[in-house]
Amino acid sequence: MPEPRSPLGQPLDRADGVAKVTGRAKYAAEFAPPDLAHAVVVTSTITRGRVTACDTAAAEKSPGVLAVITPRTVPAMKAVPADLLPKGRPPIELRPPLADEKVSHFGQAVAVVVADTFERATAAAARVRVTYQADEPALTLEEAEPTAFEAETFVGREDLKHRRGDVARALAGAAVKLEAVYRTPVEHHNPIEPAATIAEWDGDSLTLHDSSRWVHATRRVAAGVFGLSPEKVRVICPFIGGAFGSKGFTWQQNLLAAAAARHVKRPVKLVLTRQQMFTLAGRRPETKQAVALAATKDGGLTAVRHATMSETSPLADFVEPCGTLSKHLYSCPNVEVTHRVVRLNRSSPVFMRGPGETPGSFALESALDELAVAAGIDPLVLRLKNHADRDEEKDRPWSSKHLKECYRRGDERFGWAKRDPKPRSMRDGNLLVGWGMATAAYPGIRMEARAKVRVTADGRAVAASAAHEIGNGAYTVLAQIAAAALGLPVDRVRFELGDSDLPFAPATGASQTTAAVGSAVTAAAVEAMAKLVKLATTDKASPLFGIAVDQLAAREGKLVSRADGAKADAFSDILRRAKLKGVEADATAAPGEEKEKFSFLSTGAQFVEVKIDPDLPRVRVTRVVGVYDPGAVLNPKTARSQMLGGILMGLGAALLEETVYDGRGLVVNPDLADYRLPVHADTSDIDVSFVNEPDRHFNPVGARGLGELGISGIGAAVANAVFHATGKRIRDLPITPEKLL
Amino acid sequence: MSPDQDIDSAADRREFMEGVAVGGIGVAFAAALPITATADEPVPPARGPGQPVPVKLNVNGTDHDLKLEPRVTLLDALREGLHLTGSKKGCDHGQCGACTVLVDGRRVNSCLTLAVATVGRKVQTVEGLADGDVLHPLQLAFIKHDAFQCGYCTPGQLCSAAGLLKEGRAKSDDEIREEMSGNICRCGAYPNILVAVREVRQGALKEKP
Amino acid sequence: MTPFDYTRAEGSAAAVKQVSGSAKATFLGGGTCLIDLMKLHVENHDLLVDITPLPLDRIEATAGGGVRIGANVRNSELAHDATIYKNYPALSEALLSGASPQLRNMATVGGNLMQRTRCPYFRNGFSPCNKREPKSGCAAKDGYNRSHAVLGVSEHCIATHPSDMCVALIAFDAVVKTHGPKGERAIPITDFHLVPGDTPDRETVLEHGELITAVELPAAPWAMRSHYLKVRDRASYEFALASAAVALEVVDGVIKTARVALGGVATKPWRAADAEKSLVGQKPGAPAFAATAEMATKGVAPRQFNGFKVALVRRVIVRALETVAAMK
Ligand SMILES: Cc1cc2nc3c(=O)[nH]c(=O)nc-3n(C[C@H](O)[C@H](O)[C@H](O)COP(=O)(O)OP(=O)(O)OC[C@H]3O[C@@H](n4cnc5c(N)ncnc54)[C@H](O)[C@@H]3O)c2cc1C
Ligand code: FES
Ligand code: FES
Repeated sequence: MPEPRSPLGQPLDRADGVAKVTGRAKYAAEFAPPDLAHAVVVTSTITRGRVTACDTAAAEKSPGVLAVITPRTVPAMKAVPADLLPKGRPPIELRPPLADEKVSHFGQAVAVVVADTFERATAAAARVRVTYQADEPALTLEEAEPTAFEAETFVGREDLKHRRGDVARALAGAAVKLEAVYRTPVEHHNPIEPAATIAEWDGDSLTLHDSSRWVHATRRVAAGVFGLSPEKVRVICPFIGGAFGSKGFTWQQNLLAAAAARHVKRPVKLVLTRQQMFTLAGRRPETKQAVALAATKDGGLTAVRHATMSETSPLADFVEPCGTLSKHLYSCPNVEVTHRVVRLNRSSPVFMRGPGETPGSFALESALDELAVAAGIDPLVLRLKNHADRDEEKDRPWSSKHLKECYRRGDERFGWAKRDPKPRSMRDGNLLVGWGMATAAYPGIRMEARAKVRVTADGRAVAASAAHEIGNGAYTVLAQIAAAALGLPVDRVRFELGDSDLPFAPATGASQTTAAVGSAVTAAAVEAMAKLVKLATTDKASPLFGIAVDQLAAREGKLVSRADGAKADAFSDILRRAKLKGVEADATAAPGEEKEKFSFLSTGAQFVEVKIDPDLPRVRVTRVVGVYDPGAVLNPKTARSQMLGGILMGLGAALLEETVYDGRGLVVNPDLADYRLPVHADTSDIDVSFVNEPDRHFNPVGARGLGELGISGIGAAVANAVFHATGKRIRDLPITPEKLL
Repeated sequence: MSPDQDIDSAADRREFMEGVAVGGIGVAFAAALPITATADEPVPPARGPGQPVPVKLNVNGTDHDLKLEPRVTLLDALREGLHLTGSKKGCDHGQCGACTVLVDGRRVNSCLTLAVATVGRKVQTVEGLADGDVLHPLQLAFIKHDAFQCGYCTPGQLCSAAGLLKEGRAKSDDEIREEMSGNICRCGAYPNILVAVREVRQGALKEKP
Repeated sequence: MTPFDYTRAEGSAAAVKQVSGSAKATFLGGGTCLIDLMKLHVENHDLLVDITPLPLDRIEATAGGGVRIGANVRNSELAHDATIYKNYPALSEALLSGASPQLRNMATVGGNLMQRTRCPYFRNGFSPCNKREPKSGCAAKDGYNRSHAVLGVSEHCIATHPSDMCVALIAFDAVVKTHGPKGERAIPITDFHLVPGDTPDRETVLEHGELITAVELPAAPWAMRSHYLKVRDRASYEFALASAAVALEVVDGVIKTARVALGGVATKPWRAADAEKSLVGQKPGAPAFAATAEMATKGVAPRQFNGFKVALVRRVIVRALETVAAMK
């Protein structure tokens, strides 16, 4: 009997596809408990100081208004629990919203208006009159530099300080040397779904429909803040309309919604406006990165120094870990990586797709391109020459790394060999053509997760874990993993997620849903199967009675004897005879000792073509070729989509995106007209492919995850292509027309 | 695996929970309100502008009698009044396209359209694209080509693409890209959206005699 | 939005009466500008008179060989109108370069003429802004002014007029027809919009309650050789950083008629009349175009972040003229 094709690796359509194209998929703001009231946040118009008066009279008299909540009237809230992460303090605000009348950034919540309709709440919010005493804010990296402090780790996970060899000496004696400063601006995630919460109290039980990409943490936060035991809180989120690093842990809207609901004793919906998404929902911090490289004449790296300065808010400790890749992406004896942070009066920053890797690879991979130019070496050759065959930071082998193959295939698919290295040498009619490349990399991260699996007497299965569907294809890929482990066709497996009542899953972030939750699903499925096997092999009525476990396989909903394919027992028959509705099992999967033996890194090669009108210098990206090694690709269709998303966000960051703070600290482009996300017409030909080699050291399915790999290196590849096209090196993103005029 | 089950079958889920003895509180998803916003209409002050007025909306071929303040946008009337939450709010200012619906067959941003202004017109939303259980070719093509990730911009993309097909002007890939540029997708599904729209457009062309 | 009543206009005269009768009433066209600003609480009105039911939605030939465009014609219809496309291509291009297909389906010609600036300090509702709140100051002058104007500015306001359509209309000598409380008027579009001076809150010559009924384009055979070029960061769905609507009539190798109008760089749709004159009698070509571009930007007043617009708009002018000169 031919083995049925494993559902793993199949380009299956999304399990939630129909729900998403028919409008039936329900996002957080779309539930409708009876008697729902609407809350709107009032935000500060100054950057630093305090509220001296908050006149709520007009708002309170406004039709339909149920309450105007200020720091003076807000229900009691404790600090956000500081132990949400396995190690280290979470990099978010622990001060609950409206805790005091201090203002530490523009657009901070100073009051919340609750009314019976959205329109009335919004109109009343505009009638709240807030008076401030304004103090002198800290606004720029330069200004605040004297107060900079050094960061040691990134969320307790990666070391941010690394020193090996002697960088200064290597630089002093270098044949080829490059020192440059690169800058990246504040960026905002801008998922198209704004952060949203519906909060509903039933006695001292709280239900949150919340756009949360970590429902278990949100539950713990809400429980901690409101002094409840976690069982009293349920966080539900079947679909998230994009997050990209936002919407994790907790953001003010979920606590404010819960506080407001408690205050007015009705369910309350609170959706941030798009403007508020720029000051109340996280962002990527600004960075200034000094990079120094030294090399031998033939391009062998002898020194890498990467000193990052990023900024955080007065209320949270976040550091953009730009230098993490510089520690080990290339082979180099002398390396020095440091991170310093200053506090500015801006809203709190947080993870954004490829935190560190995105701005960090812009600096490192631009610098490498500059070094290649200085040394007169092809940029691709330079990278191959300095390929890191093992992790020199931790001094241990990679679990699985196929970067050279990515380079090779990318070279071929792009046609890199035809590149004339001279800047301004390639043309398409009147247009300057530039080709640039960069390495992409993102660590393989996997945390503990738990899942459960139930095989039911109708021959189907349900698997569940409190993971999240964020566009990552979790419903689809996790069902594929369960189906593969159970030997069931994938259309007979349903996956449940997005509910804090389900077993623990980590945040959907760090590209780890497949790796972490997938491992737990596999483990639970294996245990459920063991129960089925036991039922069958101990049941005299079963054709499999007495057969040894290792002689059995599961396929197409049946247990089958390996020796004699005719001997089979359907799951449904096994359960029916045992008079059971189903068998179930749950299991936890956590990384084990492989974590200490190997280093895990997903890599890739990015190639970009730009065309630039020399007179009207808008950069148009006409071609991208990306080849990636994220381990096993479990669903090539959804995987390709994720890479496209990363690449496009990278193109946005390279050419368009920038949150601007003016000389008073106001965000001056807090909307989707002035914060420029790429539109459809900005895209062209994008060629994504995978090496697709499973990483068996990493987890049972061999997949390291890929949500953040695609964006890595894109900024540099574009800047390198722009240099090749124009001869101008742009070291601060985004590359807008005025920088090329 | 029906995704509708994923989201709607609370009962199913509770049974599953019991099976594995998880002490959940089992809050079922709240039932949708009946589709008449008149039931618990807020009591407005007796005077002043902006009193609620009767608004008859024709959405996806069905008439709905609502009582709405004139300032209620079509988007909010759909989402809050009729619980037709397929149309999405991404920016509320005409800057993202997530709220795109068809009014008398033309694509518009429902966040900048007043609900009262659409009385007497025919509104079509993503919920009205399929013919019963038979999906619209665009919906099928979007699934087939994975033209979405998070799905939040998707209803707007679909309505916009339906409008584009009716307009019948976009022919080349570049024209489709330009004519679909009023719909921002932060997940970056554009290349797949292009393929899906192109495929349906070509199919639509072929069907013509 | 603050609460307001809504009514559908039952005839132009009635609409004019309704709006002119109350300081807190205004016309509602496609709503893409008005509803946006009302949501931001930058504008508040008690009554919106929906004029889209009025029969002002026709595009028709005038006796003089020109075109009369009803004020309610949607931007998308006008852009795709065969006559406009053929006889006034720059107008089509300008319209299609603006906003998005959805917004163009909504936006009316009258509303587009009346659209307001995108200055972030005007839109945020609280920063000092003489346009929004006379005598409160101008936060843009020393604030972030990348998108702001370099032409037609005053010390009280540097806000850019954002319209693309108007730039093409001004190149074609359009005339705005209105129906006001005092009767009907025909206003040359060059006179229609106002530079800010010391009353930035006054943006057009319209009186409160005066209804735009149509825009007339005079016959202009040379307009067939016209072009609208717009530069912006994104490839689409974005306002202009700099744009130009240009037209050239070349007879026997010499320029007989020239039009140069600018967008994205001025406080009102900008007609570079002197620059046009300098072209007449010249041979089309790089030297003449460069000199014209220079002349069109005489008197620019750049600020900290928008200085690049001067060089940029010059190049836009030259490129647009080159494009037209190369047309058959
Ligand atoms: C996201 C976004 C992007 C945009 N991008 C561009 C762009 O790139 N280029 C561009 O040019 N434009 C752009 N626009 C602006 C758009 O073109 C205008 O909003 C639109 O043209 C206004 O027309 P409307 O009919 O919707 O006006 P409305 O919003 O209905 O009205 C605007 C104003 O005009 C008044 N008014 C309307 N009709 C009349 C009349 N007949 N007589 C007298 N007064 C009248 C109204 O009272 C109101 O004060 C964009 C808009 C948005 C929201
Ligand atoms: S919600 Fe209407 S365009 Fe964004
Ligand atoms: S699919 Fe997520 S925004 Fe388009």
